Amino acid sequence: MKTVKSPFQFPGGVHPRYHKDLTADKPIVDLPPPATLAISMSQHLGAPAKCLMKPGDHVVPGQLIGEKSGFISANVHSPVAGTVKAVEKRPGPTGALADAVVIETDADQPAATAMPPLDWSTASREELLARVEAAGICGMGGAGFPTSVKLNPPPDKHCEFLILNGAECEPYLSADCRMMTEHADRIRIGVEIMRRILGGPAVRIAIENNKPGAIKAIEKAFADISGDVELVVLPTLYPQGSEKHQIYATVGRVVPDGALPIAVGCVVENVGTAAAIADAVDRGLPLTSRVTTISGDGITEPKNVRAPVGTSYADLAAFCGGERGAVRKVISGGPMMGFTVPNLAIATTKTTSGLLFLTDKSVFQYSSNPCIGCGRCLRACPMGLDPSAISCAMEAGDVADAEARGVMNCIECGACSFGCPAYRSITHFCRRAKISIRARIAAEKAKAAKKG
Amino acid sequence: MSAILIATLVIAAVGAGAALALAIADRYLAVKEDPRIGLITAALPGANCGGCGFAGCDGYARALVAGEAANGACAPGGAAAAAEIAKILGVEASATVRRVALVKCCGTRSEAVRVGDYNGICDCASAAATAGGDKGCRHGCLGYGACANVCPKHAIRVEDGLAVVDKRLCIGCGKCVSACPRKLIELVPASATIHVLCANPLKGPEVTKVCGVGCIGCHLCEKNSGGKEAGHFTFDGFLAKVNYDNPPEDAAIVAKCPRKCIREDAHFETGA
Repeated sequence: MKTVKSPFQFPGGVHPRYHKDLTADKPIVDLPPPATLAISMSQHLGAPAKCLMKPGDHVVPGQLIGEKSGFISANVHSPVAGTVKAVEKRPGPTGALADAVVIETDADQPAATAMPPLDWSTASREELLARVEAAGICGMGGAGFPTSVKLNPPPDKHCEFLILNGAECEPYLSADCRMMTEHADRIRIGVEIMRRILGGPAVRIAIENNKPGAIKAIEKAFADISGDVELVVLPTLYPQGSEKHQIYATVGRVVPDGALPIAVGCVVENVGTAAAIADAVDRGLPLTSRVTTISGDGITEPKNVRAPVGTSYADLAAFCGGERGAVRKVISGGPMMGFTVPNLAIATTKTTSGLLFLTDKSVFQYSSNPCIGCGRCLRACPMGLDPSAISCAMEAGDVADAEARGVMNCIECGACSFGCPAYRSITHFCRRAKISIRARIAAEKAKAAKKG
Repeated sequence: MSAILIATLVIAAVGAGAALALAIADRYLAVKEDPRIGLITAALPGANCGGCGFAGCDGYARALVAGEAANGACAPGGAAAAAEIAKILGVEASATVRRVALVKCCGTRSEAVRVGDYNGICDCASAAATAGGDKGCRHGCLGYGACANVCPKHAIRVEDGLAVVDKRLCIGCGKCVSACPRKLIELVPASATIHVLCANPLKGPEVTKVCGVGCIGCHLCEKNSGGKEAGHFTFDGFLAKVNYDNPPEDAAIVAKCPRKCIREDAHFETGA
């Protein structure tokens, strides 16, 4: 494998303060199973899983508790042995309500009942794909797209590049960095499995240059890998980890409007997903835990924690020594794209990459002012949009104008709001425009379906 | 002298020619329009609110003449306009009821629990999409005025974190009904005076956790208004709803509601 510098550079992007030093050197620690878990049936993109549990049922670790309920959906398994206390609607990190299985954990925890291990080097493509699907694996970078769907492109599309996303461009987060530093060998097995499933594409591993430890570990683990594998070192720039921008930075291809990466022959997977695939195949373990970075100046001991999915934020905070100082804001995910949560009763999912506790020192409460036309957001926008004009159009309630200006291409990275000297909620306006446009499209579809 | 004569004659000839052309055009190129369309448009209030579902009053008039719309869909015009239109169309007028918007929530800032500070853009749908909104109750009025912004008559204002409809100004066009992301605005007969101002169908403990005045579905209103047989209320889960086909009239039930969410025209300024 060779290491190269990223050959292409997308326009725009910003340089937030990273604060990664809080956790970047801290090894991953395991959280002992908490007393209760609330496991959501909607941890992935697409249709929520169909809940198979009812109150009073006993579950064992690795047991299927939610079955995938559509083409774009994923299985959900129990991380612990315990008793189902309730099946009820609970708010997730975004505030959306979803069915959740509340499990009271048993005192003694048996080892996970695994699916039979598979030898990835001899197993067939179909077997491997079926295993990824059965293990309920979905993208662990944040969006949670079901991995089995991504690894099974339609027959007319061919995957030329498998891009492994280790950019982790969000400030504070270091979960992926630690995964690469500590578990590069597992990531390698995951890559080999994905390569087999996808029919042997070239592999590009993308890491930002602010993670020298991870780069070194990956170089070591992948040193003797065969085939076209390259480690692409990206300059540190937000949003380098965005799927579309990563494809451009590594192979120089541009994903068309509204299309998926497979349209340009690329599949992008997070490094954590690769490790989860390795666990599912050669250890037969479904995806029931993930590494989450608990950080910020409002937590006593910032840590990288491997916690079972369904752990409440309160349990994570307690494990890290509790809150410190006057916490003003708790963010699920990174500070640029994460969601501020109203309370700590919310539970982690397969996509919770971070949990940030920020005090008054780090949080700036502002109100949106009129646009001064400085153009800073235009320079920051990695999609080449005109965020200033879009936000002004939305202020005037002109959704059609926002749509004409390509707001549907907005990736909601927050680079525009980040640098705005008038503190405008530009990203929020874009998100508002997208909500209206999606609602209109859905209404039109419903109308057309009614007619025909 | 001859110059002015020639000029006069030329202008006169041009005028005569144009008049002739117009007369011919009027006879042979005339667009035949049903005269009733103009009459009906004149009979409609001309608010062009779109509440009937057509593009303005003229659009509704055309649809009426073409037989594509039912008479009585014009809320601002009400019974008077319907009767006028019926006369023009030569049909029987059906009785129309004046309907006005009702915001089914009474969780003011002091009563409803707010779970966080929302400082994003001032818009209900945006707030609802941010961690489910800052109001603890997922069914209550967010108070960012999406309804007030679309109201053509400025009949809605936000007071103490709650949208309030002025009954006198409301023309019942229904724009606010579709603008509300929480779907808690309903068009109700203007004659009804007793309303359940809550839209939360969850169980009692869930409601009391987030609001001091939420309906818990105790059925006391039904009992006090003559029982189930009287049919003044219907229930959706743990939420009482007024049956507007047969609304309660006895104001005594208002004081007897233990949650104080049954109000007598609380959001309406009567005396129109």
